[in-house]
Amino acid sequence: MKNIPARLYASLQGLLLPFVLLAIWQYLSAHAIVNPQILPAPTAVIAKWWEYLLPTEAFDPSRSGYLAWLFSGEMIHDAYASMYRVVVGFLVGTALALPLGLLMGANDRIYKLFNPLIQILRPIPPIAFIPLSILWFGLGNPPAIFLIVIGAFFPVLMNTIAGVRHVDGIYIRAARSLGASQTTMFLRVMLPAATPYILTGARIGIGTAFIVVIVAEMIAVNNGLGYRILEAREFFWSDKIIAGMFTIGLLGLAIDSGMNRLNNYLLKWHRGIESN
Amino acid sequence: MQPQIHISKVGKVFSTSGREVVALDDINLEVMPGEFICLLGPSGCGKSTLLNAIAGFSLPTAGSVIVDGRPVQAPGPDRGMVFQEYALFPWMTVEKNIAFGLEIKKQPKARIKEKVSALLEMLNLQDFRDRYPKDLSGGMRQRVAIARVLALDSPILLMDEPFGALDSLTRRNLQDELLRIWTEFRKTIIFVTHSIEESIYLADRIVVMTYRPGTIKKIVSVSMPRQRDPSSVEFNNLKKELALLVMEEQTRHNQNEIKVPAAD
Repeated sequence: MKNIPARLYASLQGLLLPFVLLAIWQYLSAHAIVNPQILPAPTAVIAKWWEYLLPTEAFDPSRSGYLAWLFSGEMIHDAYASMYRVVVGFLVGTALALPLGLLMGANDRIYKLFNPLIQILRPIPPIAFIPLSILWFGLGNPPAIFLIVIGAFFPVLMNTIAGVRHVDGIYIRAARSLGASQTTMFLRVMLPAATPYILTGARIGIGTAFIVVIVAEMIAVNNGLGYRILEAREFFWSDKIIAGMFTIGLLGLAIDSGMNRLNNYLLKWHRGIESN
Repeated sequence: MQPQIHISKVGKVFSTSGREVVALDDINLEVMPGEFICLLGPSGCGKSTLLNAIAGFSLPTAGSVIVDGRPVQAPGPDRGMVFQEYALFPWMTVEKNIAFGLEIKKQPKARIKEKVSALLEMLNLQDFRDRYPKDLSGGMRQRVAIARVLALDSPILLMDEPFGALDSLTRRNLQDELLRIWTEFRKTIIFVTHSIEESIYLADRIVVMTYRPGTIKKIVSVSMPRQRDPSSVEFNNLKKELALLVMEEQTRHNQNEIKVPAAD
């Protein structure tokens, strides 16, 4: 109980700088020092964000349920579309990278077979695959998800390889002396021992996926948050651009804290874990 | 009675970066079932190498190790291993760590549970059943590691300086516990240590080893009845005798450690 004022004080302190910046921003706009089309007032951005969030049409019980209506706003659709791509792309990328990484980490011959190819492909930023992905898959979800798969694949792969290679030999020896078979060794010793690395890779992977989805939507798709802020630029709706960016930031934060929770749950046995 | 472990003419040569190091040379030892053997010597005398040869982690380059009539080819659950670093699986709870070997043997669930419960009780670990190794002290961790190998019912326990990292009180405590377990289950134990007192406190026979190449310098039988009293005259006489033997090797070890960097 004694800590509450201290914590309140700390969070107030943290809010100070954003608040000051907002005040300066509002002042600049209110006194028409900057053109509102270049930089709209924070209040205008918030109003736009709210409008973007809310359903576009009035509630009509004959057409849809209340919840469906409540989530029928443009932003909800865009956020859903973007998240869908991130999640599908990330899952496919991880599903490909994890087994390959485990094999490459555990088996030197497989490592030597795949490593040169991977070293060539890995430095190519996923964004550079955009032209090819459009040629191959046309427009819409397939090229976007393809790019996200690439973005998520390499971080998960590299970390999984490193994780398996860094498994402490003492665990392998202990498991061998307990009579563990190859399969048991792999699933119950190497995989859990490599989990901290794999999760780090997953975290980087989903972060990359989130960057890639925004760019992919600006080029290859006609919905989603990335598409929406580019569209807003065409109409000079700078308030909507900033509102969209704000939503992108919130989603990124949500993804990161979700990964953090997953991390804490899967690594509750782990020694050096942060408790935040 | 037949010896359980036959070690004959065992040698081990490591070659690292062109230089050959003779870690073991002409080791001959027979261990009877239920015997408690300590391998004693300074670091670098090859006592852990010998233990690893018996465990099957690193096979000898000469001679043979025969356990229960079969030459050792690989590690196996018939020779339970306890490591100085505990080697518990940190992602498994205490209970899971102990059960792991039984799960590998595909024993029925109910049987595993029963056995794990009995071991937890025997080693005073009931309250830690669902904890992870990171929450345990060193002594507690080593208890879990001992419970884990006891679960396998292996006739032989191989212990590589298992209490080396523990404080002296915890150490004595675990030594007594180990003797209690040994008396109850009559396991054959090969125990590596560099502590003279520990070897006298525990062993039926102490195998003193020489520093490079590792050979058997002397085998000393300890006939004192247990519980042995480290303050007794007999204990201390033996301690002096062993200290002389070990010190000779320790001195060679020290001289060598000084010489090696100069040669490079």
